[in-house]
Amino acid sequence: MGQKHLTLIFIGILAVAFPFLVPSDYYLHLVIIALMWVVIGSAWNLLAGYTGQVSFGHAMFFGVGAYTAGIIVTKLEMSAWWGMMFGGVTAMLIGLFVGWVCFRLRGPYFALATLAGSEIFRLVATNWESLTEGMVGILIIQTFTSKLPYYYIALTLAFLCIFVIHVVMKSKWGYYFVSIREDQDAAESMGINTTLYKNVSLLISAFFTGMAGAFYMNYMAFIDPHVVFSLHYISIMAILVGIVGGVATIMGPAVGAFIMIGLQETFRSAFFGLAPAWTSEAHILVFGLLVIFVILFLPNGIVGDWSKIKRKLFRIKASS
Amino acid sequence: MALLEVKNLTKAFGGLKAVNDVTFHVNEGEILGLIGPNGSGKTTTFNCINNYYTITSGDVLFKGASIKGLKTHKVCHLGIGRTFQVVKPLARMTVLDNVTASAFCRAGTIKAAKEEAYRILEFSGLVEHKDKLAKSLPIGGRKRLEIARALATKPELLLLDETAAGLTPSELDEAIELIQKIRENGTTILIVEHIMKVIMTISDRIHAINFGQTIGEGTPHEVANNPAVIKAYLGEAYAQCK
Amino acid sequence: MDVLVQTIVAGILIGGIYSLIGIGMTLIMGVMGIINLAHGQLMMVAMYITFVLSSVWGIDPYVSLLVSMPALFLLGVILQKFFLNPLIKIESILPENQVLMTVGIGMVLTEIARFIFTSDYKTVETSYSSKALFIGDISFNQPMCFAFLFAVVFTVILFWFLLKTDTGRSIRATAQDKDAATLMGVNSGRITIITFGLGSALVASAGSLLIPIFYLFPDIGGPFTLKAFVITILGGLGSTVGAIFGGLVLGIAESLGATYIGMGYKEMVGFVIFVLVLVFLPGGLKRLTKV
Repeated sequence: MGQKHLTLIFIGILAVAFPFLVPSDYYLHLVIIALMWVVIGSAWNLLAGYTGQVSFGHAMFFGVGAYTAGIIVTKLEMSAWWGMMFGGVTAMLIGLFVGWVCFRLRGPYFALATLAGSEIFRLVATNWESLTEGMVGILIIQTFTSKLPYYYIALTLAFLCIFVIHVVMKSKWGYYFVSIREDQDAAESMGINTTLYKNVSLLISAFFTGMAGAFYMNYMAFIDPHVVFSLHYISIMAILVGIVGGVATIMGPAVGAFIMIGLQETFRSAFFGLAPAWTSEAHILVFGLLVIFVILFLPNGIVGDWSKIKRKLFRIKASS
Repeated sequence: MALLEVKNLTKAFGGLKAVNDVTFHVNEGEILGLIGPNGSGKTTTFNCINNYYTITSGDVLFKGASIKGLKTHKVCHLGIGRTFQVVKPLARMTVLDNVTASAFCRAGTIKAAKEEAYRILEFSGLVEHKDKLAKSLPIGGRKRLEIARALATKPELLLLDETAAGLTPSELDEAIELIQKIRENGTTILIVEHIMKVIMTISDRIHAINFGQTIGEGTPHEVANNPAVIKAYLGEAYAQCK
Repeated sequence: MDVLVQTIVAGILIGGIYSLIGIGMTLIMGVMGIINLAHGQLMMVAMYITFVLSSVWGIDPYVSLLVSMPALFLLGVILQKFFLNPLIKIESILPENQVLMTVGIGMVLTEIARFIFTSDYKTVETSYSSKALFIGDISFNQPMCFAFLFAVVFTVILFWFLLKTDTGRSIRATAQDKDAATLMGVNSGRITIITFGLGSALVASAGSLLIPIFYLFPDIGGPFTLKAFVITILGGLGSTVGAIFGGLVLGIAESLGATYIGMGYKEMVGFVIFVLVLVFLPGGLKRLTKV
């Protein structure tokens, strides 16, 4: 127990000191984005990995959060930071509606319904120009010129998200979520109000994803429907972060987020300039291959299948 | 006092009446056995009692009040626990966690739930497996776990659905022992069973059904000698032999 | 009034082709319980095959059916055998592994196509691409008419295959109850592989038939996958007749949506129908007609 705490404290100190240890805007940006994905991935994982409701439409909550923040600026002329508070809340409201519609469906149909839902939001955002400026998107003025404040906000958000999920999973809710995942009918017979708790899980998940969306609006200062409601860049990325890192583990999505962002940047920059230019277009292909590889060989992700990975590595070492 | 009353219960799937106008009651503190050949509607009856299936017509009363149409988890909170014929272990949770999750039905804190779960595991003879994953248990252990989980919700009425199927003779004896212990603890039991040794030994009364309809009720001895029951299980010839 | 009739005619014609896409998917979903989110991408592959045959050798799209259908059959067989069948045995916490796998496959197919052909819009010109027949004031787009006719022919052949041949009956048996079928001597492993191949071949035919009408680009797969779903769910899982009705309903609904609400919302019609059906009519049209 002691060693685990020490490691966490060490990582915590590193995290806080990071911008001073590595004074580069480029890397700081990457880490900020990765931290945002820690939030989205962990939130998705709560609903999918722990509660067994696999959402293919998390972009819904991200986009709603982002647009809440953006619209607060364009329509209410207040600071986009209000969006951080309301982005999570609006996403939760959407979550309530989505839950009401989709939870009567099981398994793959739930997944498809969330996918369809997300696409509907994308189309609405594209077409409801009076509210969202349509394809033009929303552009705001960044509050801070330095990346530093954004880094610490993202770090706090990521820490908060993981902490809340950790506390929830250790509580009665945690037991209930996993029971629902394992066998919904048995759970009902045990006195668990499965509809209620599926919605609770969804609301927490939607809240944090919405907050991440609002953060994105504030940080990147520009959003449009194509980006924030994107099936591939948001919804599927969230799933990848979860499955690569390890579903149903606390640190899995965090690990997954850094790996995925690292991979994405490695390809986008054509291996940091070392590889031919066409590799910069290849990252979606790599993601697709990664999905296939992980599902076939590492279904519980890096954290979940860590013992299996260690064995394979050591076997290679021993025989060489 | 009748703890559970099933009145003119009918459950139809399309045109087929799986349960057809069945009426019986379970008295507080007794063990009522529900028997019948395969496909006679026993499990369907269970599923109707805790609203796993919606009742087509008729009523189910628990402690005098109708529970028809109540959501399954509410039925559990009222005091009816059940096991499933095809066991449903929460496979990737430990045995202890399986029962703890169930104990939250009555316990307010994690500590209380865990303590209650531990107690139930001791009562059911599963304590040595408490940290194993439920999926690693053999069938006998899984059946016990199924009962333990139901017990953790502190039911006044326990519905046992073929808990003895698939058990070895020694496991059968242990199962009978456990069920009797549960009754001594004050829980009323409604048990569906195929294995005659079990049901005849432990039931105070038996209700027999076939093709969804009642064919007999009474003490084990009375029912065993009931021509309709013998005919249902062994055929016309045997009934006439009697 | 004319506008309405024209809209409906256009809807029926495109709906016929949509049915082909839907039938392929409903077979796959009904028989194997596999949700194939790469269905549209398979169609895209067939379209690129047709494009290459047309631009390099000048082969007419309707003739290229003879190539694209077997090619996609083979691709479907390979995908099922090496990527989807193994998933049955893999122990994973995450459900919906298999759906995700098809997503991955779809992404890979799309990106490979983008790599080879770039994201540029491609077209296949035929002598009859913009011709139209006229009955009164209503125009019938010629390539669409041909496509519709082919779709009808294929559907009839498929029905004959499913009803009269042994393999066809095995497929239907596996769709109804896999275990029972296996006990009856059906090699369900082989049947699932054949079915995926068959579904792929059907969607390939739709692709080759549609290419004179649509622009071709790597991302064209996605929207068609979703359409296939709407049709499948509308018509009821595993119901080929349902898929036909579902295709027609979707075609007409989209057409009406485009004419009376606006082009931008045309895509949304499909999604909204999808969610509505999922929620209110879990059995699909099949439930309504008890076919």
